[in-house]
Formats: sequence, C-alpha cells, structure tokens
Amino acid sequence: MESSIYRRRLITNRVGMILSGIAMAVGLAGLTWILWTLLYNGLSAFGYDFFFNSTPAPGSPGGGMANAIVGSLLMVGASTLVATPVGILAGIYLAEYGATSRFAAATRFVVDIMLSAPSIVIGLFVYAVAVATVGHFSGWAGSIALGLIAVPVVVRTTENMLNLVPGSLREAAFALGAPRWRVNTAVALRAVKGGVVTGVLLSVARMIGETAPLLFTALNNQFFTTDMGQPMANLPVVIYNFAMSPYADWQELAWGGAALIALVVLGINIAARMLFRDPVRS
Amino acid sequence: MPTLLDQIRTPSATPPPSHTLPVRPAFQSPIEDAVMQIRDLDFYYGKFKALKKVNLDIARRKVTAFIGPSGCGKSTLLRTFNRMFDLYPGQRAEGQILVRGENILDPGQDVNLLRAKIGMVFQKPTPFPMTIFENIAFGVRLYESLDARALEERVEWALRKAALWDEVKEKLNQSGLSLSGGQQQRLCIARMVAVKPEVLLLDEPTSALDPISTAKVEELVNELKADYTIAIVTHNMQQAARSSDYTAFLYLGELIEFDETERIFTHPAKQQTEDYITGRFG
Repeated sequence: MESSIYRRRLITNRVGMILSGIAMAVGLAGLTWILWTLLYNGLSAFGYDFFFNSTPAPGSPGGGMANAIVGSLLMVGASTLVATPVGILAGIYLAEYGATSRFAAATRFVVDIMLSAPSIVIGLFVYAVAVATVGHFSGWAGSIALGLIAVPVVVRTTENMLNLVPGSLREAAFALGAPRWRVNTAVALRAVKGGVVTGVLLSVARMIGETAPLLFTALNNQFFTTDMGQPMANLPVVIYNFAMSPYADWQELAWGGAALIALVVLGINIAARMLFRDPVRS
Repeated sequence: MPTLLDQIRTPSATPPPSHTLPVRPAFQSPIEDAVMQIRDLDFYYGKFKALKKVNLDIARRKVTAFIGPSGCGKSTLLRTFNRMFDLYPGQRAEGQILVRGENILDPGQDVNLLRAKIGMVFQKPTPFPMTIFENIAFGVRLYESLDARALEERVEWALRKAALWDEVKEKLNQSGLSLSGGQQQRLCIARMVAVKPEVLLLDEPTSALDPISTAKVEELVNELKADYTIAIVTHNMQQAARSSDYTAFLYLGELIEFDETERIFTHPAKQQTEDYITGRFG
C-alpha cells in the first residue's frame, strides 16, 4: 500500500523533472541559436574600421559604425542621467510615502501602463511633441523617448526593492531620532542599493535595443556627430536600415551591430545578476 | 436551572448604598524619583484596545522590567514611550506620559527630538547597512556636529560602554552586518548609547541571542543602569528577576501589578501575578 503511493510519487517526480528539463532545453536552445547566429555572422565585422569609422556609402570600403555607436551612447547616456534620479525619487515616494494615498495608487497604475506600453507609441508621442513642433529629428528627441521607457523600469525596481527592507531596520533608524528623509536615503535606500543599481542597469539594457522610438525621433545620420540637436545615428536604426539593404557590406555591418548590442545587453545582465545576488543583507 | 442571565438579574439581598460606589483612587506610586509618569494610558490598534488605563512610574537610574504573556501589551507599552507607534496610521495612544512635566503624547511634541532622548533596542539586531564606525556615527551626526577627532572618541566611548570595543577595534571599517548576532545586538546598544539618551528602552533584547550573548547583554544592562534609566521587556522570568529593580506584570492590556522586583517575585499581591511567575499560565 505505502510502497505503491511512494512509487507513484517517484514516477510523478520523474515525469515532472523530465518535462521541466525539456522546457529548459527549448528555451536555452532558442537563446543559444540566436547568440550563435549573431556571433557567427557579426564577429567578422568587428575590427578597427567597425569601431572608428562612420557608416559608409554602399560599396565604399572601410566603413564602420562609429557614428551609430557614439549616437547610441550619447542618447542612452543622457536618458539614464535623467531617468535614474527621477525614477529613484518616484520609487521612494511610492514605497515610503504613498503606501495608501490615491495619488500614489494612480502613479503606480500609470507606471504599470508605461512599462507595458508598446515602444512605437512612445516614439510617435515624442515625434508629435518634440519633433513635429521643432521641425526636425534630433538626438534630444531620441533621448526623451528612451527616457520615457527607462523611468518606469527604475521606478518599479526601486519601489519593489524598498518594499523588501524590513520594517525593523526603519524603526531602528527612527528610534535614534532620525528624520524621515534620512531614514529613507541613508538606511532604507542604502540597504538595497545593489537592487536599485540593478534596475538602472536593466533600464539601460532595455534602452540600448529599442528601435521603434528612435525611428520617429532621432532617425539616423550618415555622418559622425555629437550634436544632439541634430538627427543622430544609433545602432538599432542603422541595423534596421542596413539589414534591409541589398548591399553585402551594409548587411555585414548590420550583423556586427546586432552582435555588439547582444553582447552589451548580455554583459549588463550578467553585471546586474552579480549585483543583485544580495539585495537585502540582514 | 437558573441561567447566568437570571443570576445577574436577581437583585442581591443588600444593594450597596449609592454613596459607596467604587471610586477610582488616585494613582499612588511607590516611586519617588520618576523619570516618566504614565497616567491613564489607553492604546488602540484601530478599534482594538491593547492597553487599558495603565498607570506606572519609571524610576530614575533603575531597571524596570515588563513581563506578561505574549500579546499582553508589554511591547506596545514600551513603544508608546518613544512614540514609535506614530509611524503607523491607525495606532493611537490616549492619556498621559509625563517627562519633566510635559506630556510626550502631545501632538506638538517634536518626535525626533524625543526619540533621540529615549533610545530603543529591538528584539532582532538591526545593524544599518554601513560600517561599524558609521553605524555608531549615524545617530551622533543627526544632532551634533563633532569634528573627526571628537567623533572617533565618541564612537570608541560608545563601543566601550557596550563592551564591544575590544572585539571590533581592529575592524571599524567593516560592515556592521559582518558581526555575529550577539555582537550586532551590542552594536545596536552602542549606537543607542552614543547619542546620549536619558532613557533606554529594550524590547526583548536577548530573545534572538544564544545563552552566552544573552549573558553578555544582561551584564551590560547591569552596568548601564548606573548611568541610565532602563525599561526592558522580557519573556524571560529569570532575566526580569536578575536584572531589574522594579517589575510590571501586564495581562490582557491591563497592568495587574507593579512593584519592586523582589516583592513581585516573593510576595506578589495578586493571584494572577503569582500564577504567571510560577509558570502556572502564560
């Protein structure tokens, strides 16, 4: 009697193991395939020209992605600089002050919508607000669009991380006579800074690969520029254009760009993972 | 068979004359030099009344222990002394807690200042996510601007008071979280002492510690009472008997008995007290 129950449990366990093993294999196979294809086709494009020359005219040798790489870095960098403080402050508000208020509930709702909003909608919105009104595409417009994508990611992670801080830690700080803002910044936020930095890194990873919002805002630029008031080259849009082109050298550059983005995102995620390992140490 | 209701309805043979109706006598305190006078204190968690008309004095430079079964309100009482409950909407206290003639429950009371004067240590050690040095300096910096030298001296003084200096003097720059549980709790005591409070509130400070650490903390309490007024909540009867001068026994939100510890443990006035300290219930 007992042994039959035991045997059935053993079998159920084994079936479960096999099924989840298959599921994992399918997922991993997809990821490996993508990475392998990207690296196989893309790595050959890497070289001095790729990193230090700008996008070429079709057929002219020695072109690279320098303008797109720098454009992406500038726009993502500017967005990160603005989105990080805004997102962290909003996250602190939601976790520490707005536990019950209606305004906080509304903010939380909007953040959730923004998190799942199709990025093309954000691109069109910024086009209407910051491109159509000015009359030309620009790096700033691209930054605004990317920032709108990054802020909700940072808000959410910050709030979730702060909610992990045990109440006893806050009480201990309050018990010393610390005012609320000191408790929030010096103790609570500090306790989860690894997790918050992880949120920022993940938002950067998200921004680097976004194409749709940049198509309508920064567009593209054949030449190297650091002037964010002008249309600006960036990796996703250049990849999009070049991959669709009939020219073999452009296609190769597109593969290289795609591999570069994949490697950067992979690197950021690994870094985030390592930071996140210990969100609350207590 | 008469029901309970009938018994209540049955008029007693000799109804008490109206002029002998019980009048609550004014609270007579056995303590002459009181730091804190608690008068008719009621406490509510929302609609639940957790403390009922508590009257009590906390004697200067003595240890007052609060004992009673779980949920009797002893921690709740302790948390009114520094208005910790203020952090949570829905919790409120009515009545008076007089310190130097001022009612600290007054809405006009500066709560941060109050908490700097009345330190608290909790059940579980709560080191802040910073170095050992910074853990101590954090509270000091809130209300004093000392130069580097004076701050170092203060940190050493506090760590010596908490009998922790010899164990950590070589590693002041390591994280407070790297210490053992018992050391962490003594770090919290040092942190509290460093801001030079007048009253120390200890909320079951040894319940998460091993016997050796417990002995060290108890020893510490005995040393600290030379300079400070201490109120300690404990589940441990021996601890109360060993280290306190006065003992308050609470049961279901009421202060059943309050007297010198020796009398409580040898000749308690109330049967309930005797039952509890002899382990017959609780």
